[in-house]
Amino acid sequence: MFPDAPLLEMEGITKEFPGVLANDKIDLTLEKGEIHALLGENGAGKSTLMNILYGLYQADSGSIKINGEIQKIEEPNDALNLGIGMVHQHFMLIPQFTVVENLILGAEPRKNSVFMDMSEAVKKVKAVSEEYGLSVDPYARILDVSVGMQQRVEILKALMRGADILILDEPTAVLTPQEVQELFVVMRNLRQLGKSIIFISHKLEEVMEISDKVTVIRRGKLIGSVDTCQTDVNELARMMVGRDVEFTVNKKPATPGPELLRIQDLHVLDDRGLSAVSGVSLSVRAGEILGVAGVDGNGQDELIQAITGMRKPISGKIMLKNKDITHFLPRDVFESKLVHIPADRLRHGLITNFTIAENIVLRNYYTRPYSERSVLNWDAIKKEAQNLIKEYDIRTPNEDIAAQSLSGGNQQKVIIARELSQDPEFIVAAQPTRGLDIGAIEFVHRRLIKARDDGKAVLLFSLELDEILALADRIAVIYEGKIVGVIDKEEATEEKLGLMMAGISQDEPSLVAGGV
Amino acid sequence: MLTNNKKWWKPFAGPLAAIVLGLVIGAVLMIITGTNPIIGYAALLRGSFGSGINFSETLIYVNPLIFTGLSIAVAYNAGLFNIGAEGQIIVGMLASAFFGYKFADLPRVLHIPLTLFAGMGAGALWASVPGYLKAKFGVHEVVNSIMMNYVALHLSHYLVTGPLQDPNTTLPYSPDIAPSARLWRFMSRFGEQYRVNTGILIAIVAAVFTYWLLYKTTTGFEIRAVGFNPDASKYAGMNTSSAMAKAMLISGALSGLAGAVQVMGIQFKFLDLFGFEGFGFDGIAVALVAKNNPIGILASAFLFGTLQRGSQTMQALAGVPKETIGIVQAAIIFIVAAEGMWQGWLPGLDKIKALVTGEKEADV
Repeated sequence: MFPDAPLLEMEGITKEFPGVLANDKIDLTLEKGEIHALLGENGAGKSTLMNILYGLYQADSGSIKINGEIQKIEEPNDALNLGIGMVHQHFMLIPQFTVVENLILGAEPRKNSVFMDMSEAVKKVKAVSEEYGLSVDPYARILDVSVGMQQRVEILKALMRGADILILDEPTAVLTPQEVQELFVVMRNLRQLGKSIIFISHKLEEVMEISDKVTVIRRGKLIGSVDTCQTDVNELARMMVGRDVEFTVNKKPATPGPELLRIQDLHVLDDRGLSAVSGVSLSVRAGEILGVAGVDGNGQDELIQAITGMRKPISGKIMLKNKDITHFLPRDVFESKLVHIPADRLRHGLITNFTIAENIVLRNYYTRPYSERSVLNWDAIKKEAQNLIKEYDIRTPNEDIAAQSLSGGNQQKVIIARELSQDPEFIVAAQPTRGLDIGAIEFVHRRLIKARDDGKAVLLFSLELDEILALADRIAVIYEGKIVGVIDKEEATEEKLGLMMAGISQDEPSLVAGGV
Repeated sequence: MLTNNKKWWKPFAGPLAAIVLGLVIGAVLMIITGTNPIIGYAALLRGSFGSGINFSETLIYVNPLIFTGLSIAVAYNAGLFNIGAEGQIIVGMLASAFFGYKFADLPRVLHIPLTLFAGMGAGALWASVPGYLKAKFGVHEVVNSIMMNYVALHLSHYLVTGPLQDPNTTLPYSPDIAPSARLWRFMSRFGEQYRVNTGILIAIVAAVFTYWLLYKTTTGFEIRAVGFNPDASKYAGMNTSSAMAKAMLISGALSGLAGAVQVMGIQFKFLDLFGFEGFGFDGIAVALVAKNNPIGILASAFLFGTLQRGSQTMQALAGVPKETIGIVQAAIIFIVAAEGMWQGWLPGLDKIKALVTGEKEADV
């Protein structure tokens, strides 16, 4: 035993995957009762490092010491026995089971060594959840509870198995702002009780708010470890991205041209046959970005699907450059030079089993030079993919890699490369930066502004008010399937938009839209 | 994060290991039942390859399995499970038996393609019913395919005891097809028993064609895209219903071709069936072991055909019940299907490899 040794020391961890050095001699030291942020862009190697600590991967070289003693961690069970617990980004819970059933899974308390002792289990869960201030409803089924609650269950699960070191893999990515604050309360509480937490993130404000120490890695290399109180957002951003980052988007004033898209009194139903878009009218001009702000689930998805041909409107009109595209199919819309960056990149944007090259031509594989008389020209397809990989800085060894093995940011770059390289006149961008790190967000924002400056019209849907405020020239707010109002960027403030997003129109502050 | 840029042999490692393991399991069974597995397998190989005739018969087993394996694979690539190959074979046989004797005056160069296409068309038509219902209304193709199998079986009973029955007999079979509709038995100069025919070449061409279709054409691109992710395919502007329908039609045509070649190369008539012959179901196993790769299907169909043909000789010469080979096949299918479990073993295999090659294990 080494009483003065830190709780955890990872030294010189190196891990190579074919074609990429994911971790290159990375050191990380964690003290007892410390919240240690692991910061880096998507694909920097944070998750690899933590998967090595948790025994999911084996390092090629390097050592892991717990309390000063070298330990071999070959599988998650070894990690659990050493008091290391991990909460993955995608929860490992059984949705049909209750909270308590999930918590005792694999270690069920028994009566007469045969029957499950439910009351004992509930007692145990209640005791642990009270001890750590993590309130959960033991009898609720996982599929009925919020994401924040599911995360608490995951944390409890790790604690019940005796974890002293908790690895939280991007825990805030799935939470609402309020839930993030609740999580931080829990984390501080755990620190008070002597637990150590490794907090993986790429969000700088959160790291500054919650952590004691920050370790930054970039492209598999250790950039440095600093005390949080001795650094600031700008320094961390520089360490993470490798250069200065502009937090404010620089852009020239818009020089709008003629109207390109006109939506008139559009009505669209959702999957259940209920009205989702109820009389939306919008107009977007060339050379401007119209931002659509709103809380999720207020008809944005259905409106996007109607514009892009994926859902048939029940009434109303969509005109693109004086052409009626209301009843166009997705391919007709695309051929009318309207492209779409979809909100759900894994469901709509990519075929993850396909290679990058195949995804690049997903839209236009049937046109020359990618095919001729129905026969694909793989040389031309690969060449185009190579060009776009270079132009859009997609980090991949080559174009034959399956899209599923790219990081989220690089997946999004594949989509953006495909859509923007079509020489579009109109761009519908839905949540274009969801789940991306600052480097990638900056990239996407620059591309959208460049498209605008090139005279293209952009319709931007985002749930992030910051993004809308940074990019949009005019802002429309959608609430319960109706446009509450459209204001110029200069008039927009967060408060004003916040009120509108709650359905309170600026013209008649007393009227709640959708109430009639 | 970038991960496993797979080595080229990785996709084959699983199936190959499964085959070896399956054979080992068969050997253990033989030892338990008191046979020397070396003698058993030697008899099996003799049965499959021991003489020209044996090899010819092996190829006759292999031939329909290639077609049905391809049929299953094309549908699977579009995310569909064509369990109706069995029925599509039957209607393929019926159609080519009919066209084979009905248009007896045609010259060979016309009659053979016509009879082949008749079988393909009938198979495609049969598959189009579940294909259409799936594409148009989203009805699950498995239920409808199975029902279509029984419709085909009973239709064939009716036809060979009625309209299609050979008028010169009371037995349930159709008239012989005209010589102009028969496939060339290219080894017949060595003896009557050499039944192997150009059907095997048609099967190889079909495999190459299927590969080309899936990986080199826009139709194949659409089929594979829809199979992996119908939502993204729709978003990208593809007609997903049409891609599914096309895959089902091609799948049915390939199964129908299996039936046509069976009639035109082997039976020369439609013989009443006691039940399903099993080529369609075995095709599922063939496609599975080949991981739906058309070229791999040539190999896996060859393996399954070899085992089936050889098992009879094994029973006769070594006294090993031919059901043993059924167990070997089942073991292979099981091991390939349990891919997840298998991949869990791979790290262990890496360790063994490291020991064998003397490499130092990774220092964690």
